[in-house]
Amino acid sequence: MAKVTVDGITVEVPNGSNVLQACEAAGKEIPRFCYHERLSVAGNCRMCLVEIEKAPPKPFASCAYPVADGMVVHTDTPMVKAARRGVMEFLLINHPLDCPICDQGGECDLQDQSMGYGGDTSRYHENKRAVTNKDLGPLVKTVMTRCIHCTRCIRFSTEIAGVPEMGATARGESMEVGTYISKALSSELSGNLIDICPVGALTSKPYAFVARPWELKKTDSVDVLDAVGAAIRVDTRGSEVLRVLPRINEDVNEEWLADKSRFALDGLKRRRLDTPWVKREGKLARTTWPEAFAAIEAKLTGLSGDRIGAVAGNLCDAESMLALKHVMAALGSTNLDCRQDGAALDPSRREFFTFNTSIAGIEEADALIIIGSNPRHEAPLINARIRKRSLMGAFPIAHIGVAADLTYRHQYLGGTPQLLAGLRDGSNAFASVLRGAKKPMMIVGQGALARPDGAAILAACWALAAETGMLTPDWNGFNVLQTAAGRVAGLELGFATGKTLAQMLGGGVDLLWLLGADEFDAAAIGPNTFVVYQGHHGDRGAARADVILPGAAYTEKNGTYISTEGRVQRGALAVFPPGEAKEDWKILRAFSALIGKPLPYDNLEALRMCLVQENPLFDRLDILPHFGCSDTTGPVSVGAVGDALFEPAIENYYMTDPISRASPTMAACIEAQKHPKTPAESAMAAE
Amino acid sequence: MTEPTAFSFDAESQALVDGAIAKYPPGKQASAVLPLLDIAQRQIGRLTGSAWLPTVAMDEVGRVLDMPNIRVYEVATFYLMFNIKPVGHFHLQVCGTTPCWLRGSDEVARACREFTGIKGYGETSADGYFTLSEVECLGACVNAPVLQVNDDYYEDMNAPRVAELLTALKRGEHPLRGPMNGRQNSAPEGGPATLLTIPAE
Repeated sequence: MAKVTVDGITVEVPNGSNVLQACEAAGKEIPRFCYHERLSVAGNCRMCLVEIEKAPPKPFASCAYPVADGMVVHTDTPMVKAARRGVMEFLLINHPLDCPICDQGGECDLQDQSMGYGGDTSRYHENKRAVTNKDLGPLVKTVMTRCIHCTRCIRFSTEIAGVPEMGATARGESMEVGTYISKALSSELSGNLIDICPVGALTSKPYAFVARPWELKKTDSVDVLDAVGAAIRVDTRGSEVLRVLPRINEDVNEEWLADKSRFALDGLKRRRLDTPWVKREGKLARTTWPEAFAAIEAKLTGLSGDRIGAVAGNLCDAESMLALKHVMAALGSTNLDCRQDGAALDPSRREFFTFNTSIAGIEEADALIIIGSNPRHEAPLINARIRKRSLMGAFPIAHIGVAADLTYRHQYLGGTPQLLAGLRDGSNAFASVLRGAKKPMMIVGQGALARPDGAAILAACWALAAETGMLTPDWNGFNVLQTAAGRVAGLELGFATGKTLAQMLGGGVDLLWLLGADEFDAAAIGPNTFVVYQGHHGDRGAARADVILPGAAYTEKNGTYISTEGRVQRGALAVFPPGEAKEDWKILRAFSALIGKPLPYDNLEALRMCLVQENPLFDRLDILPHFGCSDTTGPVSVGAVGDALFEPAIENYYMTDPISRASPTMAACIEAQKHPKTPAESAMAAE
Repeated sequence: MTEPTAFSFDAESQALVDGAIAKYPPGKQASAVLPLLDIAQRQIGRLTGSAWLPTVAMDEVGRVLDMPNIRVYEVATFYLMFNIKPVGHFHLQVCGTTPCWLRGSDEVARACREFTGIKGYGETSADGYFTLSEVECLGACVNAPVLQVNDDYYEDMNAPRVAELLTALKRGEHPLRGPMNGRQNSAPEGGPATLLTIPAE
């Protein structure tokens, strides 16, 4: 530890810290543009200048100057003030004064800091330089004249995203930040460039000219478009969700957010179910709530519980799944399934279906094997954490599955599950790497489990984990990477009993209640099965439905979700559901009253009490204790591991659920991926 | 000159590439990016008569050195010695820094423009022979003004000498590089000015 005095306040900071961190520890604000605590130090904006006693009499860039014991730093001397004002004047020489038409206005570091540290007038009368805009694809809009060359975007894409596509070309006054060859960014984390850009050079393309930050109502919530459970802030105006931004959660997403979670929100306004529908003479017709309920009730008459089934979708909150389970119980049915892809997830023990190491725990691991998964597409934020660990060094990674660029160096072993046998008997060279590691970990994807021999593969993976020292009382290195935000909560609530989805299809039940379930082939439902679709989008499930009950999307309800880690988190209502749509548990509560078996809760608090009674895990909000593994008994193995090659768990990263399928922005991302623009088209698009 | 669609080092270049990479420790091969870009540019010059670096050549350098393409682009665009646009057979580089400017670099540049028909810096003549660039100090200030043609310095230039030089180049000759006013290296113009007599003992 080093003792540093900042403006008379003495603080102790770890050796190797820089002066800027010491100043922050002392509670002093240091202006900066290029310095970012999660990126490497560039030291090129020169805004963080401070004065250091007994050092050469000049201002020092505090972000790039290491602390020393006994150092005395001043942040408010006349020299520091004059130096910062000078730097600000230089920065503003080539910066256009277009704040009134700039989307960064109101949340711009340059705007704020020029108010705080800049001069009051401009002394510059010469021509400013202008820079042509770049086309970075459908998500990031560029106004490159505003760029102050802090290089944060370059460092982010190189270091965090692992897709080195941004760079600074030419030099001096001709220097430009961009991709040189015009191409859309190929990262799933590109939206974060918008957040780290301290000026309005990189802004959100779909959000361009939409709103000012002070007009927005901000609601803290949690993301459900993958199973990571990233912390988000939903910005709304009136009844519209205008943008989604990440919140800091060091244990989950740090301060990043994946592109789908950030940009699929325009899907919330399209293809919405805002009124109940009933199928009459083969055609869906708008109707009222009482009539829709009556249609279901009529169908239920005389139906035995065994002929009724329910399927919960990937975006479902725990409250509505519990309410549906209770309704089903009232109808005498235990046919529940929340595994639409047919993944062989063993619900008997939490460790068999969660990411036990935890996301932050990845940084402790020292070897990794990925089986049947592409974390870059299934959970970009977990992939970023693996990359972060990979950059720290001494972290061998092997991959079995569909070969892919995972953004970090890894050894590709092959695509067949038969490789597991070689790893277990030690004939595969990577087996000794796993055995030699102190904290090895394994990630098993849905691509390995959603197949006929999934149960056998799960058991083989667990056995491999047990044999290679992944399961010890201090360390649990066995991880199942879920792709659906509602899956873990569903399994925790016992929403996987009775007939499976496959058994309910093809006439296995006479009434099928789909709670936002769209990720299976609806054509496989038997022709005589009466389908109730409760959800928020007119997607695959609604197209096959006989009755549609309009529900709420994740931004429109207070819901509890369990991430793939097993972390219980709550999303919050940011806007009300559109039209006649209602929060899902309320729909089920109302229906239960109609059939004469009212659910025992009338408000959210009572329902959440029920959740905790059902499973005490729901009381453990936001906290994730670090467990080892005390019981190495594996899941039940069924059959043998086949030799069919692994297939991707999700076909396309940008469209995995009803919201992203309805999103024009996500469609544009796919289009940009499939048909890259020619340089001429790109130049047109940039302007 | 259209953008080529493929590039690979030929046998002559490959020997140089191997030599350049061998100078650096294993794993630090990216240090050889400057020599490799130069080798690539010279190969293209040798084969097509226009020494420049198309994107495919930079991509090949990135592939050979196992570094991201954008890192190669950054280096290639930083140094003015790399031409990222096609140039003529003869790249005329007029030094415009103070000593050359005081000694008449404006006249040299004007003579280049008049002879080639080029309007401004960075352009290539219609016949494809000449590209005119302005460069910073070439380090030959004693013999200012200097006109660099490809790798050769032609010093002590003026308008008639430019016309004479460019005519000869266009004929396919290769005039002797160095001072164009007859002096030896950087000896004083018009012969020695000091030590004319050897003082008696």
